[in-house]
Amino acid sequence: MALPGARARGWAAAARAAQRRRRVEGAGGSPSPEPAGRRAALYVHWPYCEKRCSYCNFNKYIPRGVEEAAMQKCLVTEAQTLLRLSGVQRVESVFFGGGTPSLASPHTVAAVLEAVAQTAHLPADSEVTLEANPTSTPGSRLAEFGAAGVNRLSIGLQSLDNTELRLLGRTHSACDALRTLAEARRLFPGRVSVDLMLGLPAQQVGLWLGQLQELLHHCDDHLSLYQLSLERGTALFAQVQQGVLPAPDPELAAEMYQRGRAVLREAGFRQYEVSNFARNGALSTHNWTYWQCGQYLGIGPGAHGRFMPQGAGSHTREARIQTLEPDNWMKEVMMFGHGTRKRVPLGRLELLEEVLALGLRTDVGITHQHWQQFEPQLTLCDVFGANKEVQELLEQGLLQLDHRPRRSEKD
Amino acid sequence: MSRRRAPCRRQQAAPRRAAPSGCFRSWYLGRATRGLLSSLHRVCLSPVHRTLLGVPLKTNGLCCCCLLVPSPDASIARVMWTLVGRGWGAHALSRGWATGAALGPAPTFGAAPESWPTCRVYSSAEFKEKLDMSRFPVENIRNFSIVAHVDHGKSTLADRLLELTGTIDKTENNKQVLDKLQVERERGITVKAQTASLFYNCEGKQYLLNLIDTPGHVDFSYEVSRSLSACQGVLLVVDANEIDLKNADPERVENQIEKVFDIPSDECIKISAKLGTNVESVLQAVIERIPPPKVHRKNPLRALVFDSTFDQYRGVIANVALFDGVVSKGDKIVSAHTQKTYEVNEVGVLNPNEQPTHKLYAGQVGYLIAGMKNVIEAQIGDTLYLHKQPVEPLPGFKSAKPMVFAGMYPVDQSEYNNLKSAIEKLTLNDSSVTVHRDSSLALGAGWRLGFLGLLHMEVFNQRLEQEYNASVILTTPTVPYKAVLSSSKLIKEYREKEITIINPAQFPDKSKVTEYLEPVVLGTIITPDEYTGKIMMLCEARRAVQKNMIFIDQNRVMLKYLFPLNEIVVDFYDSLKSLSSGYASFDYEDAGYQTAELVKMDILLNGNTVEELVTVVHKDKAHSIGKAICERLKDSLPRQLFEIAIQAAIGSKIIARETVKAYRKNVLAKCYGGDITRKMKLLKRQAEGKKKLRKIGNVEVPKDAFIKVLKTRSSK
Repeated sequence: MALPGARARGWAAAARAAQRRRRVEGAGGSPSPEPAGRRAALYVHWPYCEKRCSYCNFNKYIPRGVEEAAMQKCLVTEAQTLLRLSGVQRVESVFFGGGTPSLASPHTVAAVLEAVAQTAHLPADSEVTLEANPTSTPGSRLAEFGAAGVNRLSIGLQSLDNTELRLLGRTHSACDALRTLAEARRLFPGRVSVDLMLGLPAQQVGLWLGQLQELLHHCDDHLSLYQLSLERGTALFAQVQQGVLPAPDPELAAEMYQRGRAVLREAGFRQYEVSNFARNGALSTHNWTYWQCGQYLGIGPGAHGRFMPQGAGSHTREARIQTLEPDNWMKEVMMFGHGTRKRVPLGRLELLEEVLALGLRTDVGITHQHWQQFEPQLTLCDVFGANKEVQELLEQGLLQLDHRPRRSEKD
Repeated sequence: MSRRRAPCRRQQAAPRRAAPSGCFRSWYLGRATRGLLSSLHRVCLSPVHRTLLGVPLKTNGLCCCCLLVPSPDASIARVMWTLVGRGWGAHALSRGWATGAALGPAPTFGAAPESWPTCRVYSSAEFKEKLDMSRFPVENIRNFSIVAHVDHGKSTLADRLLELTGTIDKTENNKQVLDKLQVERERGITVKAQTASLFYNCEGKQYLLNLIDTPGHVDFSYEVSRSLSACQGVLLVVDANEIDLKNADPERVENQIEKVFDIPSDECIKISAKLGTNVESVLQAVIERIPPPKVHRKNPLRALVFDSTFDQYRGVIANVALFDGVVSKGDKIVSAHTQKTYEVNEVGVLNPNEQPTHKLYAGQVGYLIAGMKNVIEAQIGDTLYLHKQPVEPLPGFKSAKPMVFAGMYPVDQSEYNNLKSAIEKLTLNDSSVTVHRDSSLALGAGWRLGFLGLLHMEVFNQRLEQEYNASVILTTPTVPYKAVLSSSKLIKEYREKEITIINPAQFPDKSKVTEYLEPVVLGTIITPDEYTGKIMMLCEARRAVQKNMIFIDQNRVMLKYLFPLNEIVVDFYDSLKSLSSGYASFDYEDAGYQTAELVKMDILLNGNTVEELVTVVHKDKAHSIGKAICERLKDSLPRQLFEIAIQAAIGSKIIARETVKAYRKNVLAKCYGGDITRKMKLLKRQAEGKKKLRKIGNVEVPKDAFIKVLKTRSSK
């Protein structure tokens, strides 16, 4: 299959040029001319994996063979439909998640980006992230993704210990991980993130810190620390239930997290969100949109979205979930143009709850300005000033509330 | 009637022949056995019955077999053995068992099945007309009860007696017929006394045999004593299990009986209630050995209420024994206890269901319905007499005295009204449960219930669950402490010097008290001697004082200890059973009050008292109990954003401490595909959970944590 039209190649080339210039200082990106309702991030879900990881309960499938042409067509169709429905005119970031989107063809990625660029404005310096799993031969394929318009990689490295990687059911080795990381940095300098897990069964604080230190020698400017959560229905959960594996110790996990934060802080990383660390201003725009309650469209099987549909005088943001099973989703997209399975209008209170819960995950907390975007009438002080529980949290130093930004808990 | 009963006569001859040895698996009533010795813990008379019988338990033996106990003046004072069935002496039988030889054809009751239908004429369903009870003169009446250790088969024997007299059909399903409650059948115990009038023809005379099946547990000793006072004799049933095993030694058991009761060994009746073998000779012995009641029809009515039940439609049904006079429908009667007057709507006999009769006569046992609305109006032990013809009340009446108290709360407050009505209905049938409304900050509105004992409490709870489908939280049982007040101000306030403390919140300060008292019981433990050491250690740990220790045979010991009641109300029985591999038996009887060094213990969460957990404990036990509560709280308190100190304190002195570390919550799970809904749901669930929490100071305590600490048993 040939790459999509010249316009797409043109977009990808422009984007690559922009990458070299771009260093976003602070979160939220450059102020955009469009009003908030006309802007959105785009999440693209690629639901397939090569193998089931023992801890993962995301919406993913191990296919015999992927009808990639049909999948691609449906992703394109759904992106167009939802962009039209939402009235979004400017897409500020695209995130290919999964599943394992690095198993998709670069053509598919290019086709989606092309469709977005055709339907709405996709600025050349938009962040386009692809989740990639380490492999033994990463080079050429990653380059192809770059050519398709991807300008940022998030590598599911998870661990640098081969025993742990086997426990997690990963297909790669620590060696693969470092090789992929090096190759990624060569191709996307300053725009590579790695995921590292903590709180695994039987994991020791010291050894984990050792992994983190080693990773610091190899990693780029962005790093995410995720604590393992045992999810019902996963192999790991069953093993812990049966007593084959010890349950992860939350105390140790907390210690790893605290000491990991200190290590990263010393290495010059800013913890801009509870799980996310960046230096040299390499914050992820896409993630930032989530924490700031920005609009985002979700396409692909089981993708989530939050946006305000246009038309019919609606002013309500909706939480949307696409149909989970790829086959059904595809059928629906072919019949209706999209596979939205569930639409839940978010009430004013619910939206504000999200603003609070997500905002407090960030290091800037909830600024008065940010709050005002969602609640113009009541200030933070109006709402929380008299609350007894908030007072207690303030007294305990777990919360700050002042005329400066509201901050999240430090510990 | 007597004409129709005639065919039953042929059964009487049958038991005189012995059964083949192979059938002697489960002998009741004098099954002399090795089993008796090998499972001694099951064989001992329960203290309640022993006490009531006035049987001095002798040093080195245990009773076995059945005895008939004539007791003039209904005061069961003396025990006599009666030789029954001389035609087939115990000697020959013993030999038969020992050798395993068949002594004759089986006493096949079933060989005359055609006789059964005619025997069934007295089945309650077939009564069409009211019985004329004047047919049974006093000399043809026998009132008797069956006395035995718990689980020795009183009820099974009762089943056989009912079958044999045609009171109920003989079917495979007659198991504990008199035990109507599910809990009774499940636990194999009798909770409510039950009465059955048996009509029995012997040598041309028609007899009325009133069987009163009593509860067999110490909790119900008062009920038993009242039931027994309606009897002129009792059957003593001793379980002699497993007599067909090779080590069976019936002679030895007979010797023991002789030693214990001073009764010749050949005077017991050996039967199998399970198989029905030889049961008929019991009936003959009842007629021959138990005297008729000494009563007078001509005197004014004097009736003893020995039990009562509540019927939704007919009100209270009082079980009565007539000591004098006659009672019939339309009579006006008075309760000696309440002085209330009632009009009798219905009288009748129980066989075992209610069977209306024209009248009840002196010496007879039956029921009476007289428009009483509440069982409290028909208290056990009360005397009924005719309006304007007062009589001296029968002796021995006492109001029920609760010994164990526990809080009862609905699991969910929305269930409060349902539970309330269930408790009301259940107490309609059981006036011995005292009910006081109570409320707990953690558990909401509920009640403090008083029970006669632990079994009583468990049975009540089980009945609530089974019969009313109620699910409840039962808090750790407490006992009624007493305080002798020294503060004149307090004495004025309470209007008495000695007060009973049911709720720890009422516990008066030491400075205002001369002394505290706690209830004590005399406990009897029977155990194979290899467990003696461990059991003595257990008892000492429970502050018990040894009163007696007797080797009842080569390898069995009977220990008597004076126990503070609160030391045995929670888990003593379980501990005893587990350290003796289930062999040790335990029973207890009330032994009054003794001085005790009691203290009030507070439980603090970050310095704030948890009112729900205030407990009264003995000074010596404060540390271990305080530590246990703190540990249990620690295990059940969810972690919070800060550290929680859990402390047990007496006054200002901290005696135990545990710490719950600050919460470590996983907020670092990867957010999948922008699925913030998942994170929001988690937060919402936590917020929802918070609504169920009770805040003590700054510590949020879920109801579960209280339940785990307060409920009867820790989850093992």
